[in-house]
Amino acid sequence: MRIGVLGFQGGVYEHVYMLKKSFHELGINGKVLIVKKPQQLHDLDGIIIPGGESTTISILARKTNVLELLREKIVEGLPVMGVCAGAIMLAKEVVDQVVGETKQPLLGVMDIAVTRNYFGRQRESFELDIVLDELDDKPFRAVFIRAPAITKYWGATKPIGIINYNGEKVVVAARENNKLALSFHPELTSDTRIHRYFIEKIIKK
Amino acid sequence: MFQQYMLLNTSARLYDVGFDTIVNFFYKLAETYDKLREDGLFFIYGPEKLPDRITIPKQGTLRVKYGFPVFQKGGVCMDVTNVEQAGIAEDAGAVSVMVLDKLPYDVRRSGGVARMASVRVIEEVMNSITIPVMAKVRIGHYMEAKILEALGVDMIDESEVLTPVDEKHHINKWLFTVPFINGARDLGEALRRITEGAALIRTKGEAGTGNVAEAVRHMKLIMGDILRLRNTLPEERIRVAREYGIPYELLDLTVRLGRLPVVNFAAGGIATPADAALMMWLGADGVFVGSGIFKSSDPRERAEAIVLATSMWDDPETVLEAQRMISEQKSMMGIDIRQLKPEELLQVRGT
Repeated sequence: MRIGVLGFQGGVYEHVYMLKKSFHELGINGKVLIVKKPQQLHDLDGIIIPGGESTTISILARKTNVLELLREKIVEGLPVMGVCAGAIMLAKEVVDQVVGETKQPLLGVMDIAVTRNYFGRQRESFELDIVLDELDDKPFRAVFIRAPAITKYWGATKPIGIINYNGEKVVVAARENNKLALSFHPELTSDTRIHRYFIEKIIKK
Repeated sequence: MFQQYMLLNTSARLYDVGFDTIVNFFYKLAETYDKLREDGLFFIYGPEKLPDRITIPKQGTLRVKYGFPVFQKGGVCMDVTNVEQAGIAEDAGAVSVMVLDKLPYDVRRSGGVARMASVRVIEEVMNSITIPVMAKVRIGHYMEAKILEALGVDMIDESEVLTPVDEKHHINKWLFTVPFINGARDLGEALRRITEGAALIRTKGEAGTGNVAEAVRHMKLIMGDILRLRNTLPEERIRVAREYGIPYELLDLTVRLGRLPVVNFAAGGIATPADAALMMWLGADGVFVGSGIFKSSDPRERAEAIVLATSMWDDPETVLEAQRMISEQKSMMGIDIRQLKPEELLQVRGT
């Protein structure tokens, strides 16, 4: 199995480490590739778009011609997990909490609307134990860093993680067939359950 | 030979333990500070205290503090002095901006006391862009740092570019929930800053000169010392830790990882895409560019080119393409470091 991590910027090596650990735990002979060029997108079984600055990642992806091909591949059915900035890139609608409309280039392949910096700035970043549908009953330590939130979803998308934030229900994880969007960072814990879920339930169908 | 060097470097930027292990280590380091304080051995400045026994409050946890710089990796943080420059930086693909009153080049020219930027300018920048906003405080200036924390900047740089207010001590950064950046010239200095709670280290270089030589020297010193210590016995590491004035465990973790346990950026004199790619080649996780962009006559193209070269540093063809986007005639005029008087050097402030 070959899984790519979009490698322009952000928490790339953290995902590489978590994927390697998951392969080891599952006893799968897998390979992790850092993707920065269009030709590296061929022969992948899945791809992770890591956290970082979504403007930077999308500008670089467009400049290196990765963006268009990646969009095609995802539409054709390449399983994808978007984390934080990755979730923003997957979304069809994006607004920013402070400045409103943004003009950044996006993939726009998933039926979700995302608000950037939903919870505020770095000062308001937090961590919280949450329970995710489709995983198991054990709580997952979710780390939210200048995180976005999924404010709307439609079509085949279903929310799989909802948190209670200051009394309101906020969707922080959603799945649409083989596309997974998370607004928190599973790679900042040693818990590989989400990466294993991506490998076992979303890639190996 | 070169290939081998590169391999060493690329593997050096990979944590061979999970981020979790690193964070747990920092919790232990913070707890030590907490215990020392309870024993009355550690003097606390400022009105706020550490969270009660590190029981993981919701906001401002160590994981959140040390996690934030991880998402800056592979990117470029640009020095800006106003909203317009911040806009250029965001459009070019910067991962964050650093708000300053004057660019280091102008600090050098104007002399006098350099302080933190106007609160009004920082606020305007925060309200106009979506990427993180950082700001600099003087070394040892707790109140400037508290003000910026209250304002809500994403990261604070305790910087030698501004005039230091404490000749002997740096800020105790464990007292803050906002993550800190500190400069370093060698491994000892970097690890001392980490012991004080810095979440991101940058090489000091010689800011505002347009000459990357000092940044190269500092990065090679840090990476070289780590590689050298890999082949030493524990008793030698204990001696080195004592010499540096840091806990042995921190040195040991650094040597085991083969890199600094926090994110490490390059700074000081980066002026072209090639400079930025060179620093990445030497093992930096990302770069800070100050005067290099807004003191050149093609800031828009140069900012874009440096972002491209930093991310794609391991692909010479793309770096070439980035280098083509700029013209050497438009680069900032450099200052030869050898022509600076010893008292004009910024890098020697705060060790």
